[in-house]
Amino acid sequence: MNTPTDLRYCPSHEWVRLEGDTATVGISDHAQEELTDVVFVELPAVGRTVDAGDPTAVVESVKAASDIYAPIGGDVVEVNPDVEADPSLVNTDPYGKGWIFKLRVKNAADVSGLMDAAAYQAHIS
Amino acid sequence: MSDLKHTPLEGAHQALGARLVAFAGWNMPVQYTSIIDEHTAVRSKCGIFDISHMGQFLVSGPTAEAWLNRMFTNNIAKLTPGQGQYSLMLNESGGVIDDLIAYRTSENDYFLVVNASMIDEDFFWMASHQDVECSLRNESDLWAGMAIQGPLAAEIFTKVCPGETLPPRNGIVTTADGSIVCRTGYTGEDGFEFFCANEAAVSYWGKFLAAGAAPCGLGARDTLRLEMGYPLNGNDLSPERSPIEAGLGFFCDLEKGGFIGCETLVRQKADGPSVKLTALQYSDKGPPPRAHYPVAAVTGKVIGELASGALSPSLMTGIGMAYLPAEFSKLGTSLQIDVRGRLFPATVVKKPFYKK
Repeated sequence: MNTPTDLRYCPSHEWVRLEGDTATVGISDHAQEELTDVVFVELPAVGRTVDAGDPTAVVESVKAASDIYAPIGGDVVEVNPDVEADPSLVNTDPYGKGWIFKLRVKNAADVSGLMDAAAYQAHIS
Repeated sequence: MSDLKHTPLEGAHQALGARLVAFAGWNMPVQYTSIIDEHTAVRSKCGIFDISHMGQFLVSGPTAEAWLNRMFTNNIAKLTPGQGQYSLMLNESGGVIDDLIAYRTSENDYFLVVNASMIDEDFFWMASHQDVECSLRNESDLWAGMAIQGPLAAEIFTKVCPGETLPPRNGIVTTADGSIVCRTGYTGEDGFEFFCANEAAVSYWGKFLAAGAAPCGLGARDTLRLEMGYPLNGNDLSPERSPIEAGLGFFCDLEKGGFIGCETLVRQKADGPSVKLTALQYSDKGPPPRAHYPVAAVTGKVIGELASGALSPSLMTGIGMAYLPAEFSKLGTSLQIDVRGRLFPATVVKKPFYKK
């Protein structure tokens, strides 16, 4: 199981990479393995304002649809068109090409309230 | 959870890393690796499914033929020993209690395979409508079952059961060790269903795997059957819907002299059913359609909901079936499927969705 140490994680299995005031969000390696075969990603509208915990995107496998929640509050500034065209990127490269959306965060300090890699590992084991 | 039933193959599934879920009261594998990979294995090579949860009834006696013909829609008198047929058991108003396969194993003996979720209800219904002296036994707890499905199934059978002969399509044979082999399935591929004593299940499962069958779970079983347009009781069949509405009139012999529920079917056939189980396919890409998603006309008016839906792994597009007013069920009709408030265009298509 791959859990990069430079990212922060949510109990609902999203990861966050903070660069300046921009947070990139995707789902963890553990989550993609649990979902298996991602066949559809529904992206949020650019410009939408979300609060922490808001359902913001949907990742679907053959069997089920799963909400992806905003880890922190902010405005959606970019979405990944590549995962819309090829949803399997979420399976094959969850922390890279499989990212889902980017937020301009309201309060960057909120990110430090999320789990680090060690805490997330403990959460899923 | 403690009420869940366990098939004799549960340990084998766990050893293979399967995800187990509750289905029809049983702890069953939904997938081992990936639903798409398992689906593809069945279409291109061969897969094996644990179907030990399914029910088996034995009916025997000189009066059994006439009685079963009053209980089921298809004409059992047409079966010679060694043959089977798809059939339905209806309530008094013509709604479906269960769909099943009835095999005639000898002149006066029948082997029935029914849905796991319906074993108790089917048995109670049959026993309470038994108006003749014949034997009706529920042997569901005695039999394990495996469905071996795919183009390589016949080859795999020869490896695992040397000296035995696979019956012809829809046929049934008993092997030297008392196992039952039926040339039937729920995938649209060639294959067979193999029923053996619980004690023999793990050994046979291992032999079929070693011969090249890939373990497949309920997830792939559902996408495979839906690509063929085969109904699933509880989704596509219900006590409120008749086989005529479900498009299964072919399996109902309205001339044979009557059966429970027949009058409704005769009337619906004469007048034309007002609702029909309709096959829909996405016109473009979209999120997987799923059961209970609303179906709308092009005007946006909701006209029904999906009974079943899935992303078809063979077609890589959304497919589904819905009971719709007959005027919306004509081939080529443009409709829309509502996924979380967004409408995706779909077209009424002919079953099966997937053709070889």
